Amino acid sequence: MAELQLKGVGKRFDSVTAVENVDLTIPDGKLVCLLGPSGCGKTTLIRIVAGLEEPTTGRLLLDGEDITGLPAHRRNFGMVFQSLALFPHLTVAENIAYGLRIRGADRAAQNKRVSELLEMVQLPGLGERHIAQLSGGQRQRVAIARALGLEPRLFLLDEPLSALDAKLREAMQVELRLLQQRLGITTIIVTHDQREAMTMSDLVVVMGDAKVLQIGTPLEIYRNPVNTFVADFIGSSNLLPVTVTGRQRVDLAGQSLTTPSIGAEIANGGAATLSIRPEDVHVLPRGTEGENRIPGKVTFIRDVGASVETHSDCSGMEVISVASPKDRPSVVLGDEIVVELPPASCVVLSQ
Amino acid sequence: MSARLFRPLFMGLVGLVMAMPLLILAGVSLNAKKRLFFPPDGISLRWYGELFSDTGWLNAVKNSLMIAGLSGLVALSVALPLAWFLWRYNVRYARVLFGLGVSPFILPPVITALGFLSFWATVGMYGQFTAVVISHGIFFVTLPLVTISLGLESIEAEVVEAAETLGARGTTMFRTIVLPLVRPYIISGYAFAFVLSLNEYIVAYMVAGFTVETLPIKIFNSLRYGYTPVMAVVAVLFVLLAMLVFGLLARFGDLPRLLGAWTPEDR
Amino acid sequence: MRRGRPESLTGWLSVSWPTLMLCVFFVVPFTIMAAISFFHRVEGGFYEPGFELANYARFFTFFFGRILGFSLFVSGLAAVVCITLGFPFTYMLTRLRRRRQVVWLVFLLSVLSLSEVIIGFSWSMLLSRTAGVSNLFVALGLMDKPVSWSPGFAALMLGLCYLAFPYTVLMLYPPMSRLDPQLPEAARTLGASPLRTFFTVIVPAQRGAIVATLIMVFVFTLGAYLLPQLLGRPQHWTLSVMITDQAILQSNLPFAAAMAIFLMLVSLALVGLTYVIGGERDRS
Repeated sequence: MAELQLKGVGKRFDSVTAVENVDLTIPDGKLVCLLGPSGCGKTTLIRIVAGLEEPTTGRLLLDGEDITGLPAHRRNFGMVFQSLALFPHLTVAENIAYGLRIRGADRAAQNKRVSELLEMVQLPGLGERHIAQLSGGQRQRVAIARALGLEPRLFLLDEPLSALDAKLREAMQVELRLLQQRLGITTIIVTHDQREAMTMSDLVVVMGDAKVLQIGTPLEIYRNPVNTFVADFIGSSNLLPVTVTGRQRVDLAGQSLTTPSIGAEIANGGAATLSIRPEDVHVLPRGTEGENRIPGKVTFIRDVGASVETHSDCSGMEVISVASPKDRPSVVLGDEIVVELPPASCVVLSQ
Repeated sequence: MSARLFRPLFMGLVGLVMAMPLLILAGVSLNAKKRLFFPPDGISLRWYGELFSDTGWLNAVKNSLMIAGLSGLVALSVALPLAWFLWRYNVRYARVLFGLGVSPFILPPVITALGFLSFWATVGMYGQFTAVVISHGIFFVTLPLVTISLGLESIEAEVVEAAETLGARGTTMFRTIVLPLVRPYIISGYAFAFVLSLNEYIVAYMVAGFTVETLPIKIFNSLRYGYTPVMAVVAVLFVLLAMLVFGLLARFGDLPRLLGAWTPEDR
Repeated sequence: MRRGRPESLTGWLSVSWPTLMLCVFFVVPFTIMAAISFFHRVEGGFYEPGFELANYARFFTFFFGRILGFSLFVSGLAAVVCITLGFPFTYMLTRLRRRRQVVWLVFLLSVLSLSEVIIGFSWSMLLSRTAGVSNLFVALGLMDKPVSWSPGFAALMLGLCYLAFPYTVLMLYPPMSRLDPQLPEAARTLGASPLRTFFTVIVPAQRGAIVATLIMVFVFTLGAYLLPQLLGRPQHWTLSVMITDQAILQSNLPFAAAMAIFLMLVSLALVGLTYVIGGERDRS
């Protein structure tokens, strides 16, 4: 069992607050992604978990035990660094065996564990190679094997795939996820790539400006972003300025739209943002009446083969709609059309 | 003149001027007669023979080698812990310490030599072998200090942190990670100190010039009191030794890196 | 890589030996030397403890002023020449293939290890009438008869520049090797000739390194104590020569110490200047 709890964790460097008041539970055996743009504090947070930074406030509890004061070299958390940080003067096998070696394990035990791990990361027989001779993808795997060498309780990864090219990255995302599930190890991954977070995680923690903005499963966060920042950061979204006119009504440039219940923090008459995913927006021929349909004019069509993107100008605002090829709207540039924003897909957020 | 030609021409010219003293030293050392004329009279190895048979010269060789070897170790003993300390910890007067370590070499040697003279005379160890060893050791602290600091800077912070997450700290960290990565810089620092100590004149002279005769002192005395081509022999051998030492460093290590050249890809 | 102050005693222990060594064998000697500079000189021997400013008063004589001025002039000139030749040389060096670079570096390091004595001796030979370079020129038909160019001002300058050149190159080497090769390439694609690229892109980019090296070479050549004696006439003797002369031959340790302290302050001030300039560069 390895469940990690962060209570009120914060970190300040002189006058700069890197992390502010984080309350978080990382459930046992789950893969959690810390997601956010650069500078949001996610790297600092994972470093605090690793013990490489001391939090200014708050506590860390591992299965209920307070480990806040425990130094990094006693925590036994396996970590993969952004630069991989492989030991340049050691071979692959020596890198992986390092943790065991300094604990005094005998040669046989070291060798056995090294072969196990090399098998696990699909690099059998590469033990005697020097780090400089490896490709980027191979180094990646060695770093993973090394981190898992001591069967750590927590597996931490700081932007592990950022140095890989796109194709390799996508393949590694799947591999890492499968590995983690097979081992059942509690894992925290830091990334700025929201697709990565969506692909791999059980839970996503969206961070911005040193704070935790939202915690939830990938789909929850996608469907119900808590504010415009999250909505914009995860996937792409139409963000339309509206005015709240009722508990389930907003006004968009003179048009009245029905929405799901609006939270109490936005009063009637207040300004808000309507968020709707492009794949939920439908482009229909002019003249069709119905709920939440507003008039517009087609300004741009992007056909990338796998999908068709239609940009429309509705009363001065740009609304983007995405459809699969078979559902492509039969429109051309300049057509007068109607854009449908189904109520169930609308999310009203405070600005 | 095309740009392509300019570079080898310019570098070649500079290289030639740099090599001229070495050539004339070789010429003097191999000259059959005592005085060198151009064109030279004849080739002979007699001066080389004299160096290795004359007890005066041999004694000077022994002194120089021992002083160089021992003072290099003294310099290392001061430079290594200091460089490590400055790299590992964040202390307020760190810059002062580094400046202190670098000063003996940066100042004009005459001053350092005079300082040592005053000191040893006051302490009553003027003229002693140990005094020269210690003086050279302190004088040449700068070289290993700079190279070792360079080496420590080249260690990626994340490598050290990775070792920490795997359980290393303190002496284990030093022994398994820092030392192996910094070893080439330690060796090159020692090599620099050794080679420069062999050639050093003024400090050795002022501290124990009349009792401990090193090769440079003997050479200078020869210049003043009676010229002999054996001086050139010594000089040639020193240069060859330097070339050997630095050549070995280049062969087994990354010389450009040791001298501070890092390309962005290295980091 | 720094992480706070040492936690335990063992942390401080590591720095105690170097600090002790440096204090005892460096700080103390200099304090003693400073003290001696105020002492009274005794004829035919050393000195007796006292306190007088007579030694420092001699700084204000014309004799001393002339020597000081000449020393500064000669070092300054040597520094400028070394940089003028050394900067393009180092640039070319860093653009060479690795193997060639290493060969040159080994060569330069070997030349650097030559002591002043050897350099002085070799150049006095090279510039002599009987065995010197002038004989070569005569053989090539460029001159009528061999001539002695040493001792003299030109010989001294040649010797000083030779002494300081490898040092100049090795000081410029790190910053120049880190120069982004795409910088001059970009200039070339914009139409600049190699010469123009050099002066409008490379030199300004290395401004800081040039100034710092200039100062360091200046301090370095100030320390030459044998070359002015071997390659120059008595009127070419610099401050370092005077210090050696007074200390050993004239046995006037107090005066020598006073001049040494003065020279030390000048050197430290200049080195401090490089630090300040370096700091300013980092800040901007």
